[in-house]
Amino acid sequence: MRSLIKKGIATAVMTTSLAFGAQAASLKVAYDADPVSLDPHEQLSGATLQMSHLVFDPLIRWNKDHSFEPRLAEKWQRVDDRKVRFHLRKGIKFHSGNPLTAKDVKWTFERLKSSPDFKAVFEPFTYIEVLDDHTFLLVTKEAYPLTLNAATYLFPMDSVYYSGKDEKGQPKDQLKKHGNTFASRNPSGTGPYTVSYRQQGVKVEFRRNENYWDKESKGNVDMITLTPIKENPTRVAALLSGDVDFIFPVPPTDHSRIERNTATDLVTLPGTRIIQLQLNQNRVEAFKDKRVRQAVAYAINNEAIVKRIMRGFATAAGQQGPEGYDGYVEDLAPRYDLKKARQLMKEAGYEKGFRISMIAPNNRYINDEKIAQAVAGMLAKINIKVDLKTMPKAQYWPEFDKRVADIQMIGWHSDTEDSANFTEYLAACPDEETGRGQYNSGGYCNPKVDKLLADANKETNLLLRTKLLQEVEEILYEDAAFIPLHWQNLAWGAKKEVNIADVVNVMNFPYLGDLVIEE
Amino acid sequence: MLLFLARRLIQGLLVMLVISFISFAIQDNLGDPLREMVGQSVSEAERQQLRDELGLNDPFLVQYGRFMAKAVQGDLGTSYFFKEPALDVILGKLPATLELVFGATLLIIVLSIPAGVYCAIHPQSWFSKAILGWSILGISIPVFLTAILLIYVFSIELGWLPSYGRGEVDLIFGSWESGFFNKDGLLHLVLPCISLASIMLPLFIRLIRSEMVEALHTEYVKFAKAKGLKLTRIYYLHALKNTMLPVITVGGVQIGTMVAYTILTESVFQWPGMGFMFLEAVNRVDAPLIVAYLIVVGAIFVIVNTLVDLIYGLINPTVRLAGKSA
Repeated sequence: MRSLIKKGIATAVMTTSLAFGAQAASLKVAYDADPVSLDPHEQLSGATLQMSHLVFDPLIRWNKDHSFEPRLAEKWQRVDDRKVRFHLRKGIKFHSGNPLTAKDVKWTFERLKSSPDFKAVFEPFTYIEVLDDHTFLLVTKEAYPLTLNAATYLFPMDSVYYSGKDEKGQPKDQLKKHGNTFASRNPSGTGPYTVSYRQQGVKVEFRRNENYWDKESKGNVDMITLTPIKENPTRVAALLSGDVDFIFPVPPTDHSRIERNTATDLVTLPGTRIIQLQLNQNRVEAFKDKRVRQAVAYAINNEAIVKRIMRGFATAAGQQGPEGYDGYVEDLAPRYDLKKARQLMKEAGYEKGFRISMIAPNNRYINDEKIAQAVAGMLAKINIKVDLKTMPKAQYWPEFDKRVADIQMIGWHSDTEDSANFTEYLAACPDEETGRGQYNSGGYCNPKVDKLLADANKETNLLLRTKLLQEVEEILYEDAAFIPLHWQNLAWGAKKEVNIADVVNVMNFPYLGDLVIEE
Repeated sequence: MLLFLARRLIQGLLVMLVISFISFAIQDNLGDPLREMVGQSVSEAERQQLRDELGLNDPFLVQYGRFMAKAVQGDLGTSYFFKEPALDVILGKLPATLELVFGATLLIIVLSIPAGVYCAIHPQSWFSKAILGWSILGISIPVFLTAILLIYVFSIELGWLPSYGRGEVDLIFGSWESGFFNKDGLLHLVLPCISLASIMLPLFIRLIRSEMVEALHTEYVKFAKAKGLKLTRIYYLHALKNTMLPVITVGGVQIGTMVAYTILTESVFQWPGMGFMFLEAVNRVDAPLIVAYLIVVGAIFVIVNTLVDLIYGLINPTVRLAGKSA
């Protein structure tokens, strides 16, 4: 069976390479994970979205300069505060041959609303109104500025293909975690690739969709083989030995090796994932005092952590949202001043310090354990003695949720690529009903921040909105609501002839459909 | 003989029952499987609901009872990640692991017997000293390091051998895909097999050497020498035969242990076997798969031990199996 498939692919590749001339190329990719499912709505994770960008197409997608690029939607206009009208490209067909219409978009939207993972992104939206086959309105409950951000998550699925029952009598559109559903095995999208072979956890093979609508794309890769390689050294070795063409992630220790190698290139981008520490005010009386929190911020040397532990592979942070995001304020730089820190501790009456507990994961973020140890050492200088405990991520998150320690580490990437998302989850007053502040283990609560956040989420005038979000960042900085450490950078490694620099982005969804491999 | 087997079977079942209970009891401490299944912004209420659907909120004994009821029918649960019955997943990964162990065993046999015998016959030669010195080094270097070193030298620097995975495989029978029948598959086997063999090879060389040294001091060897038999015949026929007895017992059990050692080797080489699968399952908190793996490995140990006992009884009639009547 296996070799039959292989032969089939080999013939197919031969015919396509004849059609494409000498241009066609194949690409072997090694990531640290492969997609859990071929159902784009089963899990909101990097691997799923990477798959979605190969097999499906979004309505619009992010450009490198943080603007939007038309994909299946060729243009759009804001009708009013609640409605945006999208115009679909005409003549696009799914892999099954069915034509793409606004009905498919509506169907996909409704399925997203039922997905436990994606419903949070689409929570502000109420419905899609189909105007005709290629026009529809995306409508929100209230005025909402981030309609386009959410539209990057809308990868239309083939509603006709997913209708009916499969051989097990289950509906084909069933959305269930670890359910081995029809949709998790059989995708039909509009994307540049189809899945020709898949063995979970071992290999996925993608073949170029010959009827792909984007004829302007210069992409010349007609075959992609994705192999997950978990171990960092093995993944790097696979690239250096030429067994694969493209890898992610590259651990900081191996950057110079890949750069030095004459056959490979290293491409890095400043990342958007903030690593921060939350100081629990409900557990530690001293953390209720703003001066103590500020003292902690002054005592921790972010730049040194970036330089020594991250080997320069991160951007030291003084706020949550990175540069390029709406709320970014240039003046909010990382603060480090040991003298000032000691003085603040003295003013607050804690000159002699105190003892606290701290937890951090040891296999979730780059060098997470080492960072935590460094922080513990730095806090000792202002007489805060830290009992540090680190653990694997599988055990860490339940502990994090229980708020078992006085300082807890967390990294956060904004699903909407927008500043407000950080505050919503990490710094808003914790509220179980709305889910606000779900990961705010510090218990920081400032009604003014919540008010500004609520206003920002309704403000469709983006200039005014930026002002509101910047004010939030300024207040959080002044209050030392949490201790931002740095934004993790991203690094890919590839053979020289593979032009990955053109297709990678900070979200880490490489647009491999547009990848060019030189002869 | 039959009684012996029956007893072993009951013991084996008991062992597996205990394993299942223990592994089931610790699964709560492995972490929260939901965290690995959902995105970060999924609300706590949603997660609770999913936990309910998975039956993770039921009391321990209820969950264990439900598990056992299915287990006696051969259903060890469904893997969260692979979405297939855990036993099927493991059996699907078993060939890759067994081939790795088989390759490593071949290497060990081919290398350890001549090396061990040579060291016993020529204790003073510099070559023997080199072998023994190396074996100390070999036994103290962790397999992880050996593997990385091998990859560095043979894949990156020399470019002779592939650095990861199984390469091309052929379907031989049933669902058994083998890498032993084509060049690409064989090349992919070389480095992982050497790494895995490197753990056991020093042990076997030393074992064979010391057994051989002992055999060489026995009366019958001295007598054979006095009688004027050819030395090679004495060494490789008479002495070696008696050397192999203890080697088979120890060796058999050690090779069983090797199935467990594959966890490290497989994860370095991204070898799609069950050792790597287990490590991944732990990272993903794929509890049903973890429990099933422990039970299967327990079963392998019991089977290997039983086989070794049987073989030993066959080749050394002075050993009596418990309750042996035939």
